[in-house]
Amino acid sequence: MDSQQVFQTLKGTLVEQFELDPAKIIPAARLQEDLGLDSIDAVDMIIKLQEITGCKVRPEDFKEVRTVADVQRVIEKLLAMQASPA
Amino acid sequence: MARRVVVTGMGGLTALGHDWLTIAGNLRARRSGVRHMSEWDNCTELNTRLAAPVASYQLPAHYNRKALRSMGPVAILSVRASELALDDAGLLNDALLKSGQAGIAYGACAGSAEPVVAFGRIATTGRLQGVTSNTYVQMMSHTGAVNISLFFGVTGRIIPSSSACTSGSQAIGFACETIRAGKQTLMIAGGAEELSIGPTAVFDTLFATSTRNAAPQTTPRPFDRDRDGLVVGEGAATLILEDLEHARARGARIYAEVVGFATNADGAHVTQPQTDTMARVMHLALEDAGLEPAAIGYVNAHAAGTTLGDRAESFATQQVFGARLPISSLKSYFGHTLGACGSLEAWLSIEMLRANWFAPNINLDNVDPTCAELDYLTGEGRNLATEYIMSNNFAFGGINTSLIFRRWQGAAA
Repeated sequence: MDSQQVFQTLKGTLVEQFELDPAKIIPAARLQEDLGLDSIDAVDMIIKLQEITGCKVRPEDFKEVRTVADVQRVIEKLLAMQASPA
Repeated sequence: MARRVVVTGMGGLTALGHDWLTIAGNLRARRSGVRHMSEWDNCTELNTRLAAPVASYQLPAHYNRKALRSMGPVAILSVRASELALDDAGLLNDALLKSGQAGIAYGACAGSAEPVVAFGRIATTGRLQGVTSNTYVQMMSHTGAVNISLFFGVTGRIIPSSSACTSGSQAIGFACETIRAGKQTLMIAGGAEELSIGPTAVFDTLFATSTRNAAPQTTPRPFDRDRDGLVVGEGAATLILEDLEHARARGARIYAEVVGFATNADGAHVTQPQTDTMARVMHLALEDAGLEPAAIGYVNAHAAGTTLGDRAESFATQQVFGARLPISSLKSYFGHTLGACGSLEAWLSIEMLRANWFAPNINLDNVDPTCAELDYLTGEGRNLATEYIMSNNFAFGGINTSLIFRRWQGAAA
C-alpha cells in the first residue's frame, strides 16, 4: 500500500465506521475537535486498523495521535514493520 | 411518613402496537401478536417455531451513531420505551432528569445476544475478533438501565432489576420503594426483552414451549385445558413513577397510585413454581397496601400457558381471593415477553383500570379442570369499575412479585 492508498483506506474506514462527511477527512483534520471522535471511538478505530493491517497496535503507538495524518503515520509505520520484521 | 407514589407517564413497544389506543383495538378484536418464525428453521433441534416479535417501529433521527453505539436491540427497546413514557409524563428534557433526584430501575433477562458470540469466540479461538469498545456494554445485564441514563442524562441512582420474568415488576416495585423512602423524586421503571433464539431454546429444552406451529393465533392458551406451553415475546414498557407531592406541584396528569408491592422467593426449585410462596407474595403486597383481599377487583395473571405454572398460580390466587376473582392473562396476546412482561402488564392493567374494561383471556376455550376455580375472563372481556387491581409475576429461580395499583380519583384522593 502506498501512502495514497493508506489515506484512502483510512478515509473509507472513518466515513463508514463513524458516519463522517468524506469532505471533512483531510490530513490536518483533528480527530476530536474537527471530527467529533471521542476516546471510545478511538478504541474502535484502533481495533478496525488492527483488522486492516493485521498488526497489533500498542497503546504507546497512539499516544501522540491527534490528526488524520498522525493516524496515517502510525499505519504506515506498522505496515513497514510488518514488511520487514526485525 | 412514607411518601405516596403515583404513575405519571407510561409507554412501550409491543407486538400489538406502541400506544394504548392501537393496543386496545387489538385486545378488543382478540388479536394475538404471535406468528410463525421461519427465521428459526435453521435450528432444526428447536421444537417451536413461534414468537411474538415487536411490531415494526422507526427510531427518530436523534438516535445517531454516538447514541446507538452502546446499544444492542434490548437497550434500544429500553431507551425508546422510556422516551415515550417521559414524553407522556411531560418530562422529556426536563431539568429534573439531570438533577440527581431522578433515577432508573430497569431490567431484562440479559443484555443483547449478538455480543455474547464475540466473547464466546475468545474462549474457543483465543482471538479478540469482534470485541470492540462497546461489546460488553451491549451484553451486560444492566445495559438497558445504563443506556437510559446515558441517553437522557439521568444522574440519580440506577437499580438494575434483571431477574428474568420479574425484571419489569421488580423495577416498578424497587422504584416505588425508593421514592417512598424519599431517596428519589422520580424513577424511570420498567423492563425489556429483545427477541432472540436463545431464551426460546431455554424453554424449548424444558419442553415448555408451545408447538402449535401451524396455528400461531391459537396459542399460548393460559389456563386452557389444551395448553401446550408458552410462546416467547418481545417488547418493552416503562412507567414513570413520581412522588405524589411533586406530581401535584407540577400539575402532572396522574394515571394511578402504586399502593402495594412485595417480592419473595420460593427457595425450593429452579423451575417448579410453589403455590404457598406465590400466595404469600400476594398477601405481602396486600399488607403493604393496607388492604383486605376483598378490595381487589381484578388480577392480571402471570400465566404464560405452561402446565405447572398456570396451575400453581391459579391455586395461589384462589387461596388468597377465593373463586370470585376476575382474572386474565395478557400473555395470550403478547406471548411471554420475559424481562418486559412485568412492566408491560402493569402498564396495560392500569389502562384497563382507567377504561373500566378488562381484556379476556384469548384461546381459553375450556378451563383446565386441574386449575383452581376463578372468574376467568373470556368472550368480550369484562366491563368493570373497581378501585384496586393487582398484577403478579413469577420468574425462573422462584422469584415472585405482586404489585397493587389504585385508580386515581383526582384531587379528592
